[in-house]
Amino acid sequence: MKTLDKKTNYILSAVFAGLVVAILVFMDSDRAAYSYPLAILQRSAIYAVVAVAMNLLTGFTGLFSLGQAGFMAIGAYTVAILTIPVAQRPAVYYINGIAEPLAEASAPLWAALILGGLLAAFMGFLIGYPVLRLKSDYLAIATLGFSEIIRAFIAAPMLDKVTNGSYGLKSIPGFPSTLMVFLVAALCIFLMILVIRSSYGRAFKAIREDEIAAESMGINLFKHKQMAFVISCFFTGISGGMLAVFMRSIDSKTFQIGLTYDILLIVVLGGIGSITGSILGSFLMTAGREWLRFFDDPLVIGGFSVPLFRSGFRMVIFSLILMTVVLYYRKGLLGNREFSWNGIYAFLQRLVQKGKHKKGGKEAKSHD
Amino acid sequence: MSGVTLLQHGLTGISLGGAYALIAIGYTMVYGILRLINFAHGDIFMMAGYFMIFAVASMPWFLAIPLVMCLTVLLGVAIERVAYKPLRSAPRMSIMISAIGVSYLLQNLATYLFTALPRGYPDIPFLKKILHIGDLSASLVTIVTPFLTILLTLLLIALINHTKLGMAMRAVSKDYETSQLMGIRINKVISATFAIGSLLAFVGSVLYFTDRMTVFPFSGTLPGLKCFVAAVLGGIGSIPGAVIGGFILGIGETALVALGYSTFSDAFTFAILIVMLLFRPTGLFGEKVTDKV
Amino acid sequence: MRKITALTLVLLLLLSSFAGCGGGGAETENIIKIGVFEPVTGENGGGGFQEVLGIRYANTVYPTVDIGGETYTVQLVEVDNKSDKTEAVTAAQRLISEGVSAVIGSYGSGVSIAAGAIFAEAQVPAVGASCTNPQVTAGNDFYFRVCFLDPFQGTVMANYAFQNGAQTAAVITQLGDDYSSGLGSYFVQAFNDLAGEGAVVSEQQFQTNQTDFKAILTNIKAEEPDVIFAPSSITTAPLIIKQARELGITCPIMGGDTWENATIIENAGADAEGIVLSTFFDEAEPATDEAASFITGFKPYLAENGQDEIIPAVSALGYDAYITVLEAIRQAGSADSTAIRDALAGVSIEGVTGAISFDENGDANKDMAFIKTVENGQFRFLMNVSVE
Repeated sequence: MKTLDKKTNYILSAVFAGLVVAILVFMDSDRAAYSYPLAILQRSAIYAVVAVAMNLLTGFTGLFSLGQAGFMAIGAYTVAILTIPVAQRPAVYYINGIAEPLAEASAPLWAALILGGLLAAFMGFLIGYPVLRLKSDYLAIATLGFSEIIRAFIAAPMLDKVTNGSYGLKSIPGFPSTLMVFLVAALCIFLMILVIRSSYGRAFKAIREDEIAAESMGINLFKHKQMAFVISCFFTGISGGMLAVFMRSIDSKTFQIGLTYDILLIVVLGGIGSITGSILGSFLMTAGREWLRFFDDPLVIGGFSVPLFRSGFRMVIFSLILMTVVLYYRKGLLGNREFSWNGIYAFLQRLVQKGKHKKGGKEAKSHD
Repeated sequence: MSGVTLLQHGLTGISLGGAYALIAIGYTMVYGILRLINFAHGDIFMMAGYFMIFAVASMPWFLAIPLVMCLTVLLGVAIERVAYKPLRSAPRMSIMISAIGVSYLLQNLATYLFTALPRGYPDIPFLKKILHIGDLSASLVTIVTPFLTILLTLLLIALINHTKLGMAMRAVSKDYETSQLMGIRINKVISATFAIGSLLAFVGSVLYFTDRMTVFPFSGTLPGLKCFVAAVLGGIGSIPGAVIGGFILGIGETALVALGYSTFSDAFTFAILIVMLLFRPTGLFGEKVTDKV
Repeated sequence: MRKITALTLVLLLLLSSFAGCGGGGAETENIIKIGVFEPVTGENGGGGFQEVLGIRYANTVYPTVDIGGETYTVQLVEVDNKSDKTEAVTAAQRLISEGVSAVIGSYGSGVSIAAGAIFAEAQVPAVGASCTNPQVTAGNDFYFRVCFLDPFQGTVMANYAFQNGAQTAAVITQLGDDYSSGLGSYFVQAFNDLAGEGAVVSEQQFQTNQTDFKAILTNIKAEEPDVIFAPSSITTAPLIIKQARELGITCPIMGGDTWENATIIENAGADAEGIVLSTFFDEAEPATDEAASFITGFKPYLAENGQDEIIPAVSALGYDAYITVLEAIRQAGSADSTAIRDALAGVSIEGVTGAISFDENGDANKDMAFIKTVENGQFRFLMNVSVE
């Protein structure tokens, strides 16, 4: 089968990237009119970062971690505390006041994001010591537990002066433009791709395939697992920070187990072990959830109101779709392959050929 | 803290622990055989609560109880058939994701069918009777729960040790493939496991919800996770372990709240899990298992 | 075959991301859109729906508004924020995209706070109906509200408790909930001021979705307070009330405005007798002409929608928020959202819950709360309390 040459590949990619930028810039120029699709796109881009970070662990290293929400919370709170304008802080911490050293501490967005990531990574480093020695499902439940512990600390009245406990944080300045969200997300994902393509990445994959074989080839299991975990936590923290900036106000309830499940479902939908799959998955999930909204509204056809359509139906449909994917399309959209123009090209070619084939068949029959 | 307060807390803790124990048995049995954390187990427990609400609304409670019991068992077995059986040969991660998916589906289904508003759990007259012993007061269910839990556990242990089905279950959990070769009908055994687990979840739900009065779509999530932790704590696969784990968590949690650390009552569960996994990964009563490569 | 199914799935979902863009296209003249930003599902779904009913009813009573001599039809654009901050952000963006001129809502302060920044940024004024947390309007020029605030409400309840002979009190609040924690801490301040430092003998917290309150109630029982103040959602309130009585706690239990909801009586049954709460409205004593006609008109409307015929205060507030917005549009003489905001700041109107005008924060100048109790399975008006 014919494949596209390198040059066409680059051109297609460049055109696609240019198109995305152009659309974003255009939509950004009239924020009021497009605020809803823009919000969906921004959220998708943010989820893409954490989904790829999760995939780095689950898909490439074979570690099933369910602690995403907790690490996102660390990133989110770091960014929020550092970027809320100093003048507005007394109003935000209106009940308990703010701890002294934090009252004046502030950082530009990029620094806050990196710091949020670093803190999450550091926490991941500490947590990694005990939990990474555990086997698959124990690891999952232990990380899930850690995420809940982090959330409990955030909501704890003892830390009111730092996290504002029950009252959450608000007045977080938003992103100046949607393009910026996409650039940050793209940078994060690009860095993760670099990691995966490096020799470390190959070691991760070896661990995923067979731990014992990997170890006997001289790969230090624990060190590499720890590394994958810390890197994943770093980017999870950054995406949490981005989520805080996107949402403008956060509290501990934002980071419940449900958030982790959402990310997990994105990874599953996109294909475990496929970066582009996770990216695609996050856009589809976020948009799909919104799109399915019409299921929630009463539907009247010719004066007859269809009884099934009422509030909550959307989520039922949504979960049914996901179950279908889990049961029948276990590989998700892309399996462990990556999106490529070649793939699309080959797919189109096959479609065309099939079409020809069918036509051919008919013609042959008509000759009889 | 005065003696009465202490006793009252103790009663609350033991009762909570009893309900946890019953649910934890379901986790431990399923994990013992399928090596699967049945994330949907907590939601089966929640659905049992809803079934009961509707059943009691249309018939007397002594008819409602057996009917709902059957429904819950059916639900549990059906979930296994639809969501886990097709994935029997799939990697463990896939089954686990499927379990999370089922849990998600059940929660959304409950939200859709019964709305997110909490529904009052029906009063079962004799369970709800409030007793006063000096300054201590508790409903009968609080006192009955631990005893019922222990009784059911003993029955279950007898079943596993002295019946053919129990023997088959033990065989399957020891070695899945060999037992299949020996002519044990695996699917039947697995269905039976889910049936027993769901049955106990039903009993747990009656005890738990009678004491807590309302059911809402997320009622099962946290108790579900905690009970899994209880099962791990006791040593996964071990039934007495699950029961003791349940009691430890119930009492520990109540103690934390009593001391004024409500914030950490959920965190406590997971902290205990992690400490346990670090120092004794097989749990209190777990057998030493060598992982097959 | 599989591939094709998968591809169709992808295409469908992809299309969806653009469906939002095409939605608001068909705009005919003389329609003005008002957004209804309320939870219909989630923790506050029940209360939110009652508020929506009030707004819908107001829309049937006043379906049009005159702007500069021309009659405009008011179109309500309803979105469900699911009582969830994450969903609230998207829901709010959706309203902005639909091109609403003003927004009403939301039940629950947390989601209102979350959406506040978005409304302010898009310069669309929002009028809260029953969100009582001070943070909703603080530092936000575009958020108004027609109800009183938690500091006021907390003080009212503390005063009521003190005047009725309570010397000690216990407070139960929900962790991670702005409304409950805020109201609780205002009560603590006020009660300690009235009855002396240390008069609040026990402060207990519980987690979201917690259903077992025995442990915290046992602690409270040991302190023997004269009264318990437990501001909480209607999800948890019946549980606290029933479990308290079961443990043999006999002192009065008080709550905030959320408690005025038939669900509580339904779920707590006989144990609900004697609970005390503060609220915005009482149907037995219509304060204004608007109120009288609202009460007669709204009851059949409630029945039509399968609700109990007890008018929830939040419905009345929803109605008030709607007529306030309409009045502001009329005075602004334009559908332009910033003009409406400016008009809102100076609006003064007789609503169902009393006279409505806004102070410099955008909060309603209300200084009276209605204290109610439950008697024979019905809410009964006890007294008005006002605080200077």
